[in-house]
Amino acid sequence: MTDSFAQSPDCSVKGSNREPQLPDDQGRFGIYGGRFVSETLTAALDELCDAWQKFLSDSQAQQELSDCLSNYAGRPTPLYFASRLSDNLGYRVYLKREDLTHTGAHKINNALGQVLLACRMKKTRVIAETGAGQHGVATATAAALFGLRCRIYMGAEDMRRQRLNVYRIRLLGAEVHSVESGSRTLKDAMNDALRDWVTNVDDTHYVIGSAAGPHPYPMMVRDLQRVIGEETREQILLQTGRLPDALVACVGGGSNALGFFHPFLADTSVRLVGVEAAGQGLATGQHAAPLNAGRVGVLHGNRTYLMADEAGQIQPTASIAAGLDYPGVGPEHAWLKDSGRAEYVGATDQEALDALRKLSLLEGIIPALETSHALAWLEHLSKDYRGENTVIVNLSGRGDKDMVTLAETEQ
Amino acid sequence: MSGSRITALFKGFKAVGRTALVPYITAGDPIPELTVELMNALVAGGADLIELGVPFSDPEADGVDLQLASERALASQMTLTNVLSMVAEFRRNDDKTPVVLMGYLNPIECMGYERFAAEAAAAGVDAVLVVNLPPEEAEALRSQLQARSLQSIYMIAPTTSPERVGRIARRGSGFLYYVALKGTTGAGHLDTDRARAEIARIQQRVDLPLAVGFGIADGASAKALAETADAVVIGAAVARRIAAHLNAKEKIAAELKAFMGQLRAALG
Repeated sequence: MTDSFAQSPDCSVKGSNREPQLPDDQGRFGIYGGRFVSETLTAALDELCDAWQKFLSDSQAQQELSDCLSNYAGRPTPLYFASRLSDNLGYRVYLKREDLTHTGAHKINNALGQVLLACRMKKTRVIAETGAGQHGVATATAAALFGLRCRIYMGAEDMRRQRLNVYRIRLLGAEVHSVESGSRTLKDAMNDALRDWVTNVDDTHYVIGSAAGPHPYPMMVRDLQRVIGEETREQILLQTGRLPDALVACVGGGSNALGFFHPFLADTSVRLVGVEAAGQGLATGQHAAPLNAGRVGVLHGNRTYLMADEAGQIQPTASIAAGLDYPGVGPEHAWLKDSGRAEYVGATDQEALDALRKLSLLEGIIPALETSHALAWLEHLSKDYRGENTVIVNLSGRGDKDMVTLAETEQ
Repeated sequence: MSGSRITALFKGFKAVGRTALVPYITAGDPIPELTVELMNALVAGGADLIELGVPFSDPEADGVDLQLASERALASQMTLTNVLSMVAEFRRNDDKTPVVLMGYLNPIECMGYERFAAEAAAAGVDAVLVVNLPPEEAEALRSQLQARSLQSIYMIAPTTSPERVGRIARRGSGFLYYVALKGTTGAGHLDTDRARAEIARIQQRVDLPLAVGFGIADGASAKALAETADAVVIGAAVARRIAAHLNAKEKIAAELKAFMGQLRAALG
């Protein structure tokens, strides 16, 4: 058929992996994902698909990324047995220490990959949205490393509560654009980043930080974050000789959780638990938990679960963790929820704060507020696990950035 | 049959070499009670077709003027259902002027494609343009609209390849919407010479009428593009005139009518 539109460049990863090969050629995970963008961006997304395919099959590019991750970003990160926390909970807990990467969160894995890709695409400028600021810091860092111009979009409300990261981004030579529209948080930053991209599409690459957005972003970000799960799988087998009983990670857009879960998808004995931000409580409506309490819709280029009202308007979200304060979620998480392979639960602001303090006191590790949602769920797992049962938490980021928020909650 | 209003309009205009004047207003901006009155004023001032915007909380392709228009409309709890009622009310006095609904997918997705198509047709809508629904994703909606004789308008951008222009044209109906610049609605960097040349190039490849929009602010830019385009769309410049009269809303209808008159005169 000559007028067929079912002919987007196929950039899905083919290979000998044991995992199911999703997304399909249209960027679909079941009914989720896809490419819902204005026409101006279609050509840029096609170009990105082609460039990503070349990047994957180019051994020189892969070597460059690998060198960057080990010698610059500090990979592999340790898998640490948290003995005092384990004694406290009654089962064995390991922490995948993404907080020990350069810049202090898993976001650097994706930012380095995409900025390397941008260089190969001859782009001279990168832009990114950021909520907690970790993706903004990571993108600004990679841009400084490779000499690209960089602008970070950040909601005005998030700039206030994560001002330490705003200072870091500026120190790295990037410009921070304060987003004053809508709820002045992550979703509005993404709207403005999309508006920038559509205007400067010739010389600019948009470094999306979540496994969300139009195809190929959900797939590309996942594949750049898979290194977390690949290392974890190898490390736990080496340290314990067997697979864990469960993996636990926080889910906002969901990039740390997907990168962590994905290499374990075919290991059906391993339970996968994603923890959303339940804010003031799922029953209050004041939260950011679309997988727990949302409806299916289309936002920011993909079909997924959203916080939206009956008329289709996106609803305000509420979470103490700026990085989870987003009304959507990556489409592959929507697929994993519906297929039953992963389960999604929620932890409240208070539970996250308690978990942050507990890990600090028991292990001498201050986790990010986002990560603390995953840690909070460990309390609930005490009813399922004991003794030799093993649970691994993706310690996706460190908590230094959250000291201002913590001080405010104590007043 | 509803879709034929658009086809008849362009057929008649082509015969006399006339360019259609197409204003865009966001339904419910600045208050829902004014929308039908404003639509009537636009027609009285010289508008040939109305694009009626369905307000959305996250209008990612729009510049600040239309973002604010959506925010004003949503402050009055506008819904897609309300927008369709406004079209039905407009149709009671105007059975001639085509109305194209323009917006983002999520409100339509939430209503359901089949129900939306049925209710839009019943209200007297002629065509639908969904900004974030490229043809690859549009088939399910397009077939529901077609079943109700509603036309599907698609966009062509400066970044669209010539080969893709042809494919989009074969899928679309009513007219094609050419986005005159890389950017958001109401942007200030429209290069009319470049856009005019691009429109002429596209017209050689397609049979559908070609409307042009994004960044057209006044009679001069409208006139420049009208030399090649079949229709010029003006949205952000209309929204700015509404925004300038938020403390004197009773003057907005006259203001928009006068603005249409200026544009009509400039188009000749």
